[in-house]
This record gives sequence, C-alpha cells and structure tokens, in this order.
Amino acid sequence: MININEVIETNKMIEEENLDVRTITIGINLLDCAAASVDDVCRNIYEKITGIAGKLSSTADNISAEFGIPIVNKRISVTPISLVGASSCKSPEDFVRIAMTLDKAAGNLGVNFLGGYSAVVSKGMTHSDRMLIESIPEAMAVTERICSSVNVGSTKTGIDMDAVRLMGQIVKETASRTADRDSLGCAKLVVLCNAPDDNPFMAGAFHGITESDAVINVGVSGPGVVKHALEKVRGENFEVLCETIKKTAFKITRVGQLVAQEASRRLGIPFGIIDLSLAPTPAIGDSVADILHEIGVEKAGAPGTTAALAMLNDQVKKGGVMASSYVGGLSGAFIPVSEDQGMIDAAECGALTIEKLEAMTCVCSVGLDMIAIPGDTPAATISGIIADEAAIGMINQKTTAVRIIPVAGKGVGDTVEFGGLLGHAPIMPVNRYGCDDFINRTGRIPAPIHSFKN
Amino acid sequence: MNRTIITVVGKDTVGIIAKVCTYLAEKGINILDITQTIVQGYFNMMMIVDTSGLKEEFTSLVTDLDVIGMGLGVQIKCQREEIFDKMHRI
Repeated sequence: MININEVIETNKMIEEENLDVRTITIGINLLDCAAASVDDVCRNIYEKITGIAGKLSSTADNISAEFGIPIVNKRISVTPISLVGASSCKSPEDFVRIAMTLDKAAGNLGVNFLGGYSAVVSKGMTHSDRMLIESIPEAMAVTERICSSVNVGSTKTGIDMDAVRLMGQIVKETASRTADRDSLGCAKLVVLCNAPDDNPFMAGAFHGITESDAVINVGVSGPGVVKHALEKVRGENFEVLCETIKKTAFKITRVGQLVAQEASRRLGIPFGIIDLSLAPTPAIGDSVADILHEIGVEKAGAPGTTAALAMLNDQVKKGGVMASSYVGGLSGAFIPVSEDQGMIDAAECGALTIEKLEAMTCVCSVGLDMIAIPGDTPAATISGIIADEAAIGMINQKTTAVRIIPVAGKGVGDTVEFGGLLGHAPIMPVNRYGCDDFINRTGRIPAPIHSFKN
Repeated sequence: MNRTIITVVGKDTVGIIAKVCTYLAEKGINILDITQTIVQGYFNMMMIVDTSGLKEEFTSLVTDLDVIGMGLGVQIKCQREEIFDKMHRI
C-alpha cells in the first residue's frame, strides 16, 4: 500500500518543483477533408476537428482535478496542410483561408496551439508545398493559435536546399509581417530535419501520414524535479548522478503514462506515445540550464556543457523508456533560450553563444530554439543557420530544428518579450560573415552515406 | 473498490480530522487507513479512503475538501490513488 512519504514526495514534486504534464495533444488525420473547393475543405476540416476534439479541454481539466496534476496545455496536431489543401488551393491566399479555419476551430475548442500548418519537403517541393510555404508569413500574421513547420531534409533523402533558401526569406518575411508584436510569428514557425510524425510539442507538431485517424500523444515535463533530485547528490560520482536522473525520469514519465491512458480511455481515442522531453518554462525552478549548473558547469555554455547535456539527455531517455509502453516524438532535453530562465541568464552574460548552442543541439533535442537575433540579419544567413542545423540532423540521424526570430527593428543589446510560455530573450549576435554564394546554389544536398561512420 | 488519497497539510489545530471525517461520512465514503507525521514543523495527514459509494462527481469532492481546508487554515488535497501507485510501484 502507498505510504505517506511517497504521497508527500509526489505532491512536493507537483507543488514545489513544477512537475506537470506539459501537453495532451490530439493528432487528427485531415486527409479525408480534401475536396475540390476551398470552401468545402474548410467546412470539412472544421467539422472533423471540432467533432473529434470537442471534449479535449473538459476531459483534461477533469483528469487534472482528479489526480491533482496540472495539465498545462491542450493542443491539436493535424495532417500537413500542404497535403490537405493540395486539391483545392490555387494560391497562397487559399491556404491562408484554411489557416483561419484552423484558428477558429482551435479558439472554439479552448486549445492554445494547433500545429500542422506544415509542408514536408525533405527532397523536393510540390506546387502545393511551395504555395503553403509562401503563405506562411500572412497565415502567421492573421492567426493567433496556428503553428507552422517545414521539414527541409532527412537522413534518407538529404537536404532540399531550395526549400532552405526559401525558408530564410519566409522567416524574415514572417518577422516583418508581425513586427508590431516583436516578430512573434517566428516563434510559431519552425524549420525541421528528420521531423517525427508523432511530436506533441509545438511549434513542430503535425500528424504525420504514418499515423492513424486520431491519436493521443502526451508530453511530460519536470526540469525542476530533476534539478531538485540532483541537489541531494552534490559531489557524488557519475554513477550516482546518472542513477538519480534515471529514477527521476522514470517517476515523471509514469505520471505522463497515467494521464495519457486516462485521456485515451475517456476520449475514446487510441494512445499514441509519450514524449520524454525535459521541457523548461520561463518560471523560476523550471530550467534545463539550472540542471546543467547543478551537474557542475558554472553557466550553460561553459566548457563541459555539451558533455553534461549529452549525459542528461541519455539518462532521461533510459529512465523514461521503461516507464512508458510507447515512447516517441522528440524525446530529449529542450534547450530553448527564451523559454528557460537559466538559458536567458547565460545568454545575457555572454556565456552562451549561437555557436555553442549549435554544438549542444548535436546531443539533445531539438535544435536552435527560440533564439532572438538582430532584425537586419540577411535571409541568406538565416538559410545558412538552417542548413547547418539540418546537416547535423541529417548526418547524425536525429531530429534538428531552427526556430529563430530576427526581431524587426531590434539589434544586439535589446531584449524581446514574447509573453507566457514563450518567455523573453536578449538579442544574440550572429556571425557577420555571409554565405550567399552557398545558399544561392540550387538543388539539394545528397543523402549521406550510411556506413563508414566517423 | 475505488481508492483515493486525501492529504491534509498545515498547522495542527483542534478538530481537523473530526471535520474531514464528518464530511466523508455524510458522502458515504469509507476510511480505510489514516497516517500522520510532522514534516518541517507541518502537520501531514494522509487518509486512504474508498470512494466507490460516492454519488456525486469526483471533482465536487475535490472542491468541497478544498473549501473545508481553507476554513481550517490547512491545505486538503484529494487525489485518485493511481498517480501515486504509478509513480512509486513497478
């Protein structure tokens, strides 16, 4: 039987160490919403989403109250819209109408983000993919809850450099179209390599074509819990350190598994996966950078950071995998700058640079995330950053991503406030040397060799 | 059986257990076990109860106990047992 100390431990994690279920995300297949006219597509999409996810918010609230565990976000991911709209959309403006329909559905259901305004163009862009990508700046400007993602490469296909070049321009355009909100549109736009089909986390969530009609994916979180556990083993050897992280990750993940199974049962939608990511928030005590500090690096970005992060990420997976029947999504420590107070502090004091962040992305999920850069950064430079990150993903068979915000009208020394979970950030300097001739080459980088790994 | 964990945390005062038990009896909830301890000067009590006799929604039990707790100056939480079972048992 459960004893009082176990009850106190669990409730302390929830009340003092920010343990929560970060998101319950319903993935919904919209392929059967395709029609000949945009009006029909929009109507089909609205009816399907509100039909399947109608009880998502109330069910999540009930589970939260009954188990006493906060469920922070209720979200939806859908089939990449470039596929759903392909039969009907004749212009980027047509795609924007679908974005507005999705936004309306999300608003009426009380979900805070809906992901899947996406195109998967790992090897090449169809006419429809290109129109959707071109519509992103407008779609991000006129909607509130829509998240967009474009997958530009994979280990199997190589990198579509035409899409990389285009995305540099799209990121810049999105920043300028949402300039009145500190270029907030770019916080909801991510460029991926090796994007998973079952990711519950935004902005990169979409319901891949390998998935069934509807599925429940859950993202757990708990950087504060891990940090608190590590405070008790200061000065101990790596064996003790790793065991502590694994045990903590196990406990955190078991809560996610419980919530996912309950949500699945109550909503009558199959359980998909648990995403094991350690996802920070700007709240004090909910930081991945603070864990790195507790492990022993003075500030995130100091020498030793990459090794500490690699170890942390691996132990979280080892502990979490046993706690859940199905693991998927991104599953790794997130290192967004603006959403993590420890990372913000490290960037402000100069300990953390974009180059070091790039190194860190080699060993954890997911990539250069929520990084504010000067608004006058050239599009080709942004494409270069995207290409670098995609190359890391392609060669290392992992998901990588770039969610970077060239804040219109701001430069190094300024700060930017996105609000809520998106947090705030200092503008970080970008290498001022160009890569135009590289980015202006057309075509794609071939798929990498799958042997001779060095 | 439908097991639920009720925890009371706060400064110890007269009548906490009496008030909670009276409420539970009114709702047809059977108490299976009571443990208490002092952690960092705070009174911690845990009850394991069987809520299979509960006629109302579980969430109204959560709300009622929260209100009773506020009246007594303590925090009362009511959670389904599975969350603790899942976390601490393989």
